[in-house]
Amino acid sequence: MNADRQWESPGRWPGILLYGTCGLVLLFLMLPTFIVVPISFSDSLYLDFPPRGFSLQWYERFLNSHEWTAALWTSLQAGILATLLACAIGTAAALGLARSRFPGKSLLVGFLVAPMIVPVIVLAISLYAVYAKMKLVGSLFGLVLAHAALGLPFVIVTVSATLQRVDERLEHAALSLGATPFKAFRYVLFPLIRPGVIAGAVFAFIASWDDVVIALFISGTRSATLPKRMWEGLRSEIDPTIAAVSTLLVVFSVALMLVLELLRRRSARLAAPAPHAEG
Amino acid sequence: MARPDLALAVPISLSPWARRFPPEGRARLLLLLPALVFLLLVFAYPLGLIVIRSVTDPLPGIDHYVQIATVDVYLRVLTSTFGLALTVTLATFVLGYPVAYVLARSQGLLQAIFIMLVLLPFWTSLLVRTYAWMVILGRYGVVNKTLMALGLTDEPVRLLHTGLATHIGMIHILLPFMILPIWSVMTRIDPALLMAARSLGASPLRTFLRVFFPLSLPGVFAGGLFVFILALGFYITPALLGGPSDLTISMLIAQQVSELLAWGFASALAVTLLVVTLAVIFLAGSVLGLEKIWEGFK
Repeated sequence: MNADRQWESPGRWPGILLYGTCGLVLLFLMLPTFIVVPISFSDSLYLDFPPRGFSLQWYERFLNSHEWTAALWTSLQAGILATLLACAIGTAAALGLARSRFPGKSLLVGFLVAPMIVPVIVLAISLYAVYAKMKLVGSLFGLVLAHAALGLPFVIVTVSATLQRVDERLEHAALSLGATPFKAFRYVLFPLIRPGVIAGAVFAFIASWDDVVIALFISGTRSATLPKRMWEGLRSEIDPTIAAVSTLLVVFSVALMLVLELLRRRSARLAAPAPHAEG
Repeated sequence: MARPDLALAVPISLSPWARRFPPEGRARLLLLLPALVFLLLVFAYPLGLIVIRSVTDPLPGIDHYVQIATVDVYLRVLTSTFGLALTVTLATFVLGYPVAYVLARSQGLLQAIFIMLVLLPFWTSLLVRTYAWMVILGRYGVVNKTLMALGLTDEPVRLLHTGLATHIGMIHILLPFMILPIWSVMTRIDPALLMAARSLGASPLRTFLRVFFPLSLPGVFAGGLFVFILALGFYITPALLGGPSDLTISMLIAQQVSELLAWGFASALAVTLLVVTLAVIFLAGSVLGLEKIWEGFK
């Protein structure tokens, strides 16, 4: 950010128009959150906005329902395991890609990030067909594999971006001082790329946590994830329990957003004294 | 690039292991192996099977593709999905550009607040946001209650389960994908260029149209491409907010698989969606230059 950035004031009427439009669009963006959060604290028995009285009944119902808590547990397990898998193989892949040149590299990178581009419904029915044959439908294992594939591109992209900013001479120095490649990675390289790995992990976790379409097809009824359970709830009846779940998810999103923002600040601070300007 | 003096020094004192796997050596490519094997099994193999299935199930041949290209109902689903994606892309551009502009101009606390307001919906689950629109647009939802309280209508207006609801929901969900790349490109525009244009006698409007706007275009292209290809594959939001007649390709695919078990036809539709998506990306890449679009994502 350059502090000396100078923008000309837009003038009175264009300014009003500009800030007015911007304000309305931001209001539009926030509207759903403003509606869902109050509804979840409603004391009435059906959807009511604005709510008349305050109560925690929907949160209570969520926590007392085996169906909902089981779905929450499945989502957490799948999210964490898929994130670990994606981070392990994604970080390794980013290290392999960094500073290497070989024919067809851009094609390979394209393949590695392809799960980000392919429409999720296409991936969902493809996996469903294979899983049905292999009896993996409804298994946590199958869900973790599918979600790891969704998260992998995010890990590769964020770790690669971080690696570009790391001074490679530091690793050379460690190696020339007698460190094994593993030690050089563990004590020199990894601490330097850790913000990138964590950011990738957050993205990978979100990819799993938010996925509805794949879970819809492959998670079966026994091991439904939270979004799948919500989807079923939305299709049948609009139950304010979903508002309570939604509010919890919003709180969760805010927490993750703050984690990423802190990471960004940290890595900006770490990157600041680097001698080379970013390319 | 390593410094030449260091590069010379390295081989002499490397540890035995490091000598076998030098940091720049080919052996490092082995690190790519787990991800490659994983994606081949979990991603490429299932997709490949779908491609094969689209021309073999139940009978060998390209009947399914002929059907998609000739039967009216399916053609209409294809064109309406395309139209939906295009409308949503244009709407997010019109609504998102001013927000990105204000975001780029503002500083300090105000900027932090604006960014929060854009990022919060971005991070909130798609399902939660779709649900919120169901509540807002429902028969006795917020909009209808307001309309009735104001006396503008006596009975609830049908908003939910219409094409309008699908559009509103999708624009809401995809808006941050448009705003963020445009904002990112705008912050890298050198203000000195704008001052130069002004000092050479251009009016503020002309400066914006001839200098600022063209420089911000990589962000617009990146955001537009992103929104368009995401919108092409949308399933959840149209399924929950749209009416029975507003079918998207994704909904049609899901329906063929889970209700009709028509795997061959569903596979052909999936391949069509995949090919169209890739074609849009390659077309955008060759017309605008992928490098330029990539700029917008940084």
